[in-house]
Amino acid sequence: MTNELIAISVLWGFIFIYAVMATMDFGAGFWSMVYINREKTKATNIANRYLSPTWEVTNVFIVAIVVALVSFFPGATFLLGTVLLIPGSIILLLLAIRSAFLVFAHIAKEYEKVLTYVSGISGIIIPAFLISVLPITHGGFIETIDGVAKLRMDKLFTSPHEYAFIGFAIASTLFLSSLLLADYSNAANELDAYQVYRRDALFLGPISLLMALFIMLTMRSEAAWLYERMIDYLPWLIGSVMMFAIAGIALFLPSTKYTTVKGKPRLAVVAIVIQYFLASYAYGKAHLPYMIYPNVTIQSGFTHPNTFRALFVSYIVGFVILFPGFIYFWRLFMKDKRYLQSNDPS
Amino acid sequence: MDDLIIARSLFGTTMAFHIIFATLGVGIPLMILCAELLYQKTKDHDYAVMANRWTKGLAVLLGVAIPSGTIAGVQLSLLWPGFMEVIGKVMALPFQIEIYAFFVEALFMSIYVYAADRISPAMRILSVTLVALGASASAILITNVHAFEGTPAGFRIENGEIVDVDPWAAFFNPSFFVTAGHVTVSAFMTGAFVIASIAAYKMLRDKKHERLYQFHRKALMLALAVGGIFSILTALNGHESAQLLHKYQPEKLAAAEGLFETQSHAPLAIGGFTDRDTQSVKWAIEIPWALSFLAGDRFDTVVKGLNDFPEEWWPPLFVHTLFNAMVGIGMLLIFLSVTGFIWNKAMKRTDFPRLFMWAVIASGPLAVLSVEFGWIFACTGRQPWVIYHMMKTEEAVTQTGNLAILFILFTVIYVVLSVAVVLVLKYYFRRHPIINELDRHSYNSANHITQ
Ligand code: HDD
Ligand code: HEM
Ligand code: HEM
Repeated sequence: MTNELIAISVLWGFIFIYAVMATMDFGAGFWSMVYINREKTKATNIANRYLSPTWEVTNVFIVAIVVALVSFFPGATFLLGTVLLIPGSIILLLLAIRSAFLVFAHIAKEYEKVLTYVSGISGIIIPAFLISVLPITHGGFIETIDGVAKLRMDKLFTSPHEYAFIGFAIASTLFLSSLLLADYSNAANELDAYQVYRRDALFLGPISLLMALFIMLTMRSEAAWLYERMIDYLPWLIGSVMMFAIAGIALFLPSTKYTTVKGKPRLAVVAIVIQYFLASYAYGKAHLPYMIYPNVTIQSGFTHPNTFRALFVSYIVGFVILFPGFIYFWRLFMKDKRYLQSNDPS
Repeated sequence: MDDLIIARSLFGTTMAFHIIFATLGVGIPLMILCAELLYQKTKDHDYAVMANRWTKGLAVLLGVAIPSGTIAGVQLSLLWPGFMEVIGKVMALPFQIEIYAFFVEALFMSIYVYAADRISPAMRILSVTLVALGASASAILITNVHAFEGTPAGFRIENGEIVDVDPWAAFFNPSFFVTAGHVTVSAFMTGAFVIASIAAYKMLRDKKHERLYQFHRKALMLALAVGGIFSILTALNGHESAQLLHKYQPEKLAAAEGLFETQSHAPLAIGGFTDRDTQSVKWAIEIPWALSFLAGDRFDTVVKGLNDFPEEWWPPLFVHTLFNAMVGIGMLLIFLSVTGFIWNKAMKRTDFPRLFMWAVIASGPLAVLSVEFGWIFACTGRQPWVIYHMMKTEEAVTQTGNLAILFILFTVIYVVLSVAVVLVLKYYFRRHPIINELDRHSYNSANHITQ
């Protein structure tokens, strides 16, 4: 593997982890808003119990992505920084509101509802803007006049390709999070909440699959280069759809814990994560070597080799140090029955 | 206004906002750790209540520190892509290592807050220690980037190309240790004085209520002790920072002191305003020879004046006032803690005079102001350079226009968040009076921060 490939794989890894964690995070915020008035089912309660300890950790990943991008591909930073000024700033503003109000909602109980609405709604808009970075990298939306690159917002926001991505981002945010929360409620023995989230997941799954197909459809006409390359990875895409089917089936299998409800949510979650992994691998591989088509490739933007080497060492040392911390965190919040079943999460 | 000015204003506003919460995010964990340790040592339940309440406050502050820091990090790339291109090639290590510090902080903050009742006291102490370490490390690492801007090392620019890159030489650039030390100890002192302010205010208010009064007195004494130690360290280390300027950024020191002519036996100008036309500091108190001595430990040290540099390299001259204000506040706070110590320990008086209490109430806001002055002095005093004598700020700025609207939007958000954070803190602490917690006796239920 070349240095460039290692670097882009690390970056891709961060993006994948963030994509999964953030969809669950933003989605959980949204569900905690939707079910806030249904005190009996504890659906909001479950969402908060997941959200409270994790949002800060999730947020670090977005910073990690930006840092990895800048440090591995400083050449791409210049162009990306320039064209993403406006959309990037909108994301930052929304993120600030959403994170702060999420914390405020837990502390100021009397205003919990209003604060939860603000953070829930701003949270669900963020993925729509975040994912817009992808169609921008597909080419056609950046215009260079007198050596100055500009993002053609008008073109971007009249493009069906962009809307396919936005639709996909929102649908899969809601889908992934409801599926995860179904599993989380199941582990916490909250049957009512489980039923609610299982139903939501069953409804939203097919919608997000449709949106993914819609992306392929618009890609064919708007980013033909990428479409053709993705077709080279057809087996991965088919594998991805099969995983989706397995997840669907898993939700109808008899439950191992109860007789009154159906489904093996843990299996479904694992299958869906594999599904997203396969699909984004195919997408990422087809995207290479371009970071921004056709201006920037992973070679043209790459960092200085000495810096790369030092970074690489720091990644290994950092991973070794942090790994036990992550394990401990996981055990305390994802497995410990005392936490899962506690009544007041916030 | 041209885009450069707006970009600088926007970034400066972001930083000025973030730094308040970030500094407290470094300083308060240390106070929590001290309270936890004192609780384990004395078994005095009041310290457990302190740790619990400060943690709750810290959680709210971090709710703003984290998104505003995320803004700062991303805005660096959005507003200063030219700068970040160099950073990416040369100085990426501190940013990368900082990510690990953020993870440590985030993981153990969640564990300390949401699992407090399920882990052992030793584990709780370990968690809060790691929170304090993670926060300090993130401050040290980001400050390293700032140190690099002032004393760049580990690369050369040849025909616009970056060559001879040595990332570790860049990391250990000449001002790293001193600058990072200054930021860290000043953050510790600021956290302590903010706590002291609140405690002093509450003591005046709850004078009649013996139980509450004693509680706040303990908090005040702890805060004054920590604040005293770290304010002395800040001043000692600040002196070293100034000597570093003398060596590496002489025009910044000259601007800070309003010195125009290069000379030995240079005088120190305190107060006053630098006047460009008469090349003097008006209305200042001058202490002969003092500047030379401070800069190089000898009266015959030659200190460079601004006239040695082309005028377009001069930093803005108002930094003299900022520098004086920062140092003045630092001295005042040392004086406060020393007086408090003598009053209490040497003279064995348990009550402080009213004037002293009001001065302590002012100390927290003053410390925060001092941090702001220090940063604006350090960043603005480096102008016109973003990387000293290597890259001008105007070469680093984004080429995208329309920054004014963004400036307005971000400012509005900062105002909204500031107001909200104050309201939420007030609301929470009013709804959860200390007296309820003081009456509860089991440690676990009191320290169950999640209520
Ligand atoms: C509570 C806050 C506080 C206090 C009381 C002081 N400082 Fe400070 N100072 C800072 C907080 C700070 C800071 C915010 O942390 C800065 C801004 C940039 C930096 O590196 O640290 C800073 C910068 C800074 C610089 C500029 C470094 C540069 O431009 O690279 C110097 C020379 C000093 N300080 C010197 C002092 C002296 C002699 C003090 C005497 C008491 C002092 N400071 C008190
Ligand atoms: C340690 C990390 C920091 C870095 C890497 C950094 C870097 C920069 C950069 C790139 C600029 C823009 C160019 C310039 O105008 O100088 C800037 C400006 C500025 N920064 Fe810093 N900065 C840091 C910390 C801070 C902090 C914490 C503050 C808090 C108050 C601050 C205050 C400012 C201000 C006020 C400006 C605008 C300068 C002006 O108007 O002249 N900086 N800084
Ligand atoms: C240009 C300058 C700066 C940038 C880019 C920056 C970036 C960030 C980011 C991205 C975060 C959020 C971390 C998370 O997601 O958890 C953050 C938080 C924080 N920053 Fe800043 N920061 C800057 C300046 C500073 C300075 C000068 C200090 C120290 C005095 C500081 C101390 C902190 C602390 C204590 C936190 C919160 C605690 C934590 O999560 O570690 N930052 N900063």
